[in-house]
Amino acid sequence: MTTRLINWFKYSSPPSFYPLAGKLIPFFAVLAALLCIAGMWIGLFVAPTDAQQGEGYRIIFLHVPASWMSMFIYIVMAFWSAMALVFNTRLSSMMATALAPTGAMFAALSLITGSLWGKPMWGTWWVWDARLTSELILFFLYVGYLALNAAIDDPRRADKACAVLALVGVVNVPIIYFSVQWWNTLHQGASISMTRAPSMARTMLLGMLLMALTAWMYSIAVALYRVRAIMLERERHADWVGELAEVKA
Amino acid sequence: MTTSFLAVLHREFLLALRRKSDVLTVLFFFVIVTSLFPLAIGPEPRLLRTIGPGVLWVAALLSTLLGLHRLFADDLADGTLEQMALSPPAFVWLVGGKILMHWIVTGLPVVLLAPLLGLQYDLDTRSLGPLTLGLLLGTPLLSMIGAIGAALTLGLRGGGALLALLVLPLNIPALVFGAGAVEAQIAGLDYTGHLSLLAAMLVAAAFFAPLAVTAAIRIALE
Repeated sequence: MTTRLINWFKYSSPPSFYPLAGKLIPFFAVLAALLCIAGMWIGLFVAPTDAQQGEGYRIIFLHVPASWMSMFIYIVMAFWSAMALVFNTRLSSMMATALAPTGAMFAALSLITGSLWGKPMWGTWWVWDARLTSELILFFLYVGYLALNAAIDDPRRADKACAVLALVGVVNVPIIYFSVQWWNTLHQGASISMTRAPSMARTMLLGMLLMALTAWMYSIAVALYRVRAIMLERERHADWVGELAEVKA
Repeated sequence: MTTSFLAVLHREFLLALRRKSDVLTVLFFFVIVTSLFPLAIGPEPRLLRTIGPGVLWVAALLSTLLGLHRLFADDLADGTLEQMALSPPAFVWLVGGKILMHWIVTGLPVVLLAPLLGLQYDLDTRSLGPLTLGLLLGTPLLSMIGAIGAALTLGLRGGGALLALLVLPLNIPALVFGAGAVEAQIAGLDYTGHLSLLAAMLVAAAFFAPLAVTAAIRIALE
């Protein structure tokens, strides 16, 4: 038996990860709250009014981080799913499952804020723009993942089936994105281009970055919170759960 | 390898022959759905020409979904699937044979029927070429992606609706390029690029989809 310098798998077992997650949650939650306050303050009060879009543009401080996060969470989910299939670790699938609702929430938030922004800017709630359409399809992928997870009663099978689905989905995401983009350029001659990024004031960029970090911290905190709940639910018959202080109390 | 592959093909073909109504149901579903659109939207030829390619593609997509949940379910119920998974020839080939025959009995008739229905939509003869070619490349792709969904939802309650929910978003690229090819031809543009992309996706799916399907079936059998 070779001795490893670092035990990579130490925190891959629920009994050792559960207390660690419990310690990490307040840290990320407080960070999320502080960053949110700073980001909101810069976004709503410090950042200058946009020359073309007026005050309405300020919704991007919520919209852009939400879209980024929704895409990124899907990739992280696929990563944990691959880990789960390769190493057969329980915690990896639990992580993927815990991330999915947050990702779906961000995708929905991005769609809602996008259409709220679109109404005053474009005069319409919805445009079949490449980005909007692929965000919508991403939302559908999340919904499919959650539905499959909910439909399978056996948690082990649900984990693995969802892992396969997440991997199939992540392969498809770029294909879907490019197909929609080409479809869009074929269909619409004079659509509104969202790609020409206006030179952004530095404070606007700062506000957006702070809000993006807020979204990160929030996602980590919520995913850890949810994964703790999943661990307790799945391992309720295990000894270590019975020995927890909060369970004994 | 080849003999077991051919044996599966033969078996699936016989099964389809014994249950002709299953195949005909899919076909008539395709015909009826495409006939509903002119009734709902109106018989104006210019409008029909515009929506024709899209409607035919969406109808083809929905009709491949129709029989999909039966693809592995019957074999799971009588234990055949388990025997296949345990048998010495590679399971991937047996699964591949099942998917191929599923396409031959449900996808291919749709492809053959599509030009005829295209005429109903007042598509000119030059657009029927890319339509049929696109469906010829696209329907096997739909069958393969559908098979992944069918394997993942094997034996679950509400399998049919769940299957649609999983598979439809993944089929969007095929739909975009398939219907796009016909629209490019109508607009007087080159449509070979669309078909090449469809063919590329088909080749990629032919390699990866059977692997994903076998993985999913093994999960379901555990």
